[in-house]
Amino acid sequence: MTAWRSWAPPAVRVVAIAAACVAGLGLLLVVLRYDPARAAAALLNGAFGSWYAIGSGTLVRATPLVLTGLAVAIAFRGGVFNVGAEGQFLVGATAATAAALYGPPLHSAALVPLCFLAGAGAGAFWAAIAAILRTRFHVLEVISTIMLNFAATYLVSYLVRGPMQEPTRVYPQTSPVPRSAELVRLFQGTRLHLGFLVAVVAAGIAWWAMRSTAAGFRLRVTGANPNAAKIAGRINVQRVVFSAFAISGALAGLAGAIEVQGVTFALYENISPGYGYTAIAVALLARLDAMLVVPAGIVFGALEAGAAAMQRDAGVPSVVVSIVEAALILALLASRGVRQRFRETV
Amino acid sequence: MSALFTAFLASAIRTATPLGLAALGEVVVERAGVINISLEGVILCGAFGALIGSTHAGVIGGFLSAIVCGVAMASLFAWFVVRLRADQIVTGTALTILATGVTGTLYRALYGAAGAALSIPTSRPRAVPGLSLIPVVGVGFFDQPAVTYAFYLSIFLLWWWMYRTLPGLGLRAVGESPGAARAAGIRIARVRTLSLLFGGAMGGLAGGTLVLAQAGTFAEGMSAGRGFIAIAIVVLGRWHPVGVALAALVFGAASAVQYLLQAAGLGLPYQIFLALPYVLTLFALAGVAGRTRAPAALAKVDDA
Repeated sequence: MTAWRSWAPPAVRVVAIAAACVAGLGLLLVVLRYDPARAAAALLNGAFGSWYAIGSGTLVRATPLVLTGLAVAIAFRGGVFNVGAEGQFLVGATAATAAALYGPPLHSAALVPLCFLAGAGAGAFWAAIAAILRTRFHVLEVISTIMLNFAATYLVSYLVRGPMQEPTRVYPQTSPVPRSAELVRLFQGTRLHLGFLVAVVAAGIAWWAMRSTAAGFRLRVTGANPNAAKIAGRINVQRVVFSAFAISGALAGLAGAIEVQGVTFALYENISPGYGYTAIAVALLARLDAMLVVPAGIVFGALEAGAAAMQRDAGVPSVVVSIVEAALILALLASRGVRQRFRETV
Repeated sequence: MSALFTAFLASAIRTATPLGLAALGEVVVERAGVINISLEGVILCGAFGALIGSTHAGVIGGFLSAIVCGVAMASLFAWFVVRLRADQIVTGTALTILATGVTGTLYRALYGAAGAALSIPTSRPRAVPGLSLIPVVGVGFFDQPAVTYAFYLSIFLLWWWMYRTLPGLGLRAVGESPGAARAAGIRIARVRTLSLLFGGAMGGLAGGTLVLAQAGTFAEGMSAGRGFIAIAIVVLGRWHPVGVALAALVFGAASAVQYLLQAAGLGLPYQIFLALPYVLTLFALAGVAGRTRAPAALAKVDDA
């Protein structure tokens, strides 16, 4: 074991472990009496089989993953283990829906940004609870953000069966948002919407800010070594940590708003198939680099879109994607290069 | 009134048992300087193991299989964290996602998407002769499934082992000052690995309890955050077995109040009761976390 680790370069190890994961998954499917070839074909077809699959499947699912992945990457860079993107996404979706349904009847050019703002604000607020718990009360954010995820889930459940339920009171969901709150489609014939561009632009801005601004520098230094940041850099660590939480929450909340305005057009339970958790895999695959979050998000978007097709066409449960996600993170952890880099950054 | 109190107490202890078991395991893990965030995944795997085991080999087989599954998950965590020195939080998160995927896939593959109405053998409450006759609290504490008595016993055994034996002292040394422990001839990696395996066994047992002594069936994601609540309970109990047991009991009581309130029919939305354990955890942590001290080497692996 030790000998193998000392000579194999990190890239070889990643490929070896990834190959082992794929082989293991194939074996699992065989054991469970599924047809791995058919499953793989259905997955690829569902993700990349046609322009429609790419536009309406892969990229539509990549949009929330890029934004939440960005949220996780920025937080982790600042040494903040925000695993609460799921909850922040949900409250963001809720606030955007509320703004669209109960806000002033504005023109689309004003209403769309208003909903974005509501979503981002709600996400930031939800993350700020965890931020206060950490900075004031020394509560581990891994625990607090998970608890807040559950709280958000039940909040949505209550709202869509109570005060925000559609007028006929038959379905546990809200009325559809007004047309003026909907995002424009980018191409005729696909469901790809403006939100994808917003996500890519957000990644670009985050990448630039992280690299080239004083705030980005403070974030990275605080994440790498909070004591050094405080003593040598005279950085107000509490404030940086708080900002990292808030920005991270805002991005996840924005993802929720965009999902409502671009895809679902209403709020309901299970609006997120675990985007906030997949986001962790996205951020780690991107090595916490904001620009790499875009391709990483597309990879996982393809995986999710493909998994849906796999369940439909080959009968393989889509939850199998969770295994792939976990295996990917573990493969990255097992490669020493990433581990060292991670210790520097987090 | 006394019947109501008995029901309340019994329900409190029922909720406390799996949380307490998992938290006692995590106490040992954290006292060795490691934090196993994948406890949630360990419990879930234990629950699934209990389902598989009990359908083939009865209640005892179910519990054994739950423990084996918990240990298997924990050994994976140990390999990454102790051997490869990977980040504990990230590894733990990944393993919890893995547990969700593996149990979900296997469950749907073996039992179909609907899950079917499963009837598996369950562990019935057994009254302890004598003790269950104690007025007021007897039935609540001592008319429980056997695993609850294992929980009581493990509180005492763990306290004795941690504070009255040499290996227990070694464990605490590893978590407080790995350098000193190493100088004293303690093999740190071994202590941490064994602690993790013990934590996995207890977490698996907790998952088994959910299936075999409570729900009588398995559901996807049925751990429902209990692993994270158990980690919070370790903080609330100040990393001490007795404190942790009391914290689990307080938590169980708070959850039992929820049943009382729900039964009282105040017309509150049921989601408030469902969200209560999680919100309660936040408040409890805010009240306690800043005023206690964690093992000094917690979550730091570089010095191993």
